[in-house]
Amino acid sequence: MGFLDKEFTDGNIVIAKVEDLFNWARLSSLWQVSFGLACCAIEMMATSASHYDFDRFGVIPRPSPRHADFIIISGTVTLKMATRIKRLYEQMPDPKYIISMGSCANCGGPYWEHGYHVLKGIDRVIPVDVYVPGCPPRPEALLEGLLKLQEKIRHESMIKKSV
Amino acid sequence: MKKPEEVFQLLKDNFPTSNLELKTDLPTEATIVASPLEIDKITLFLRDSSELLFDDLMNLSGVDEPKAGLLSVYYHLGSTKFRHKITLKVSTDRNKPEVSTVSEVWKAADWHEREAYDLFGIIFLNHPDLRRILMPYDWNAGYPLRKDYENPEFYQGMKVPY
Repeated sequence: MGFLDKEFTDGNIVIAKVEDLFNWARLSSLWQVSFGLACCAIEMMATSASHYDFDRFGVIPRPSPRHADFIIISGTVTLKMATRIKRLYEQMPDPKYIISMGSCANCGGPYWEHGYHVLKGIDRVIPVDVYVPGCPPRPEALLEGLLKLQEKIRHESMIKKSV
Repeated sequence: MKKPEEVFQLLKDNFPTSNLELKTDLPTEATIVASPLEIDKITLFLRDSSELLFDDLMNLSGVDEPKAGLLSVYYHLGSTKFRHKITLKVSTDRNKPEVSTVSEVWKAADWHEREAYDLFGIIFLNHPDLRRILMPYDWNAGYPLRKDYENPEFYQGMKVPY
């Protein structure tokens, strides 16, 4: 973001690459699908509340996937819910991102062997950008996950797809 | 407050032709074993009899007993007026598990029975709405809490095992 701070002194003209401007705009106002699943959702709500204040990173929960830029899969994904999550994801407009929060969404967590009803990782259904480990992760961990996602968006290219 | 023995005696007197049994040599509370097709009449009596008033169905759960070839249902009843409790048990054949519904006696039994149907495959006769409640409606891989249950490889194109 540094290029904006410095060059305002110079006749109010900013010179930047369109790519950088777009990426900066995108990463600074990530709107989130208001969607929670299990105990991770409690931590996600704590992250949104005043103490950790998700809003300072431009994260605003939206009531519809059609308004949103990213979704946090916060908790245990059952097979029944996985079909619904896929539908939510497909309703989001591009560009869209996914944070997988906690052990359950990452790999099935404690249900990996005997959970007959649990999907062993949300990446079997939709593509994940950032995995946040923990059971459940503390709000600080989720914030770091968001910073990682912002870092990813900052280095995106309009021509080349970033890793 | 009535002891299980007294409850059992009352049942014996009112259902002389029924096959009832009281089990007290258990690590848990005493259990009355009844016939699966009469459980609706027996529970209606337990609820309405002025000396018993079992108005609270605290729990209803299925149990799989493959060694005995049985599927059982346990009913935990309580009375909010007299503060006494009783446990009932019915057992059916594992190959044709049919139990009369008690959802007409206690409304709470409706979803409990749907859960027992969903996870154990116990058929509750005359139930108003016997559908799966937790598993997906199109789940056709069987009943997950049966001891011989095996998870399918795929559900709607999603891999199920780890």
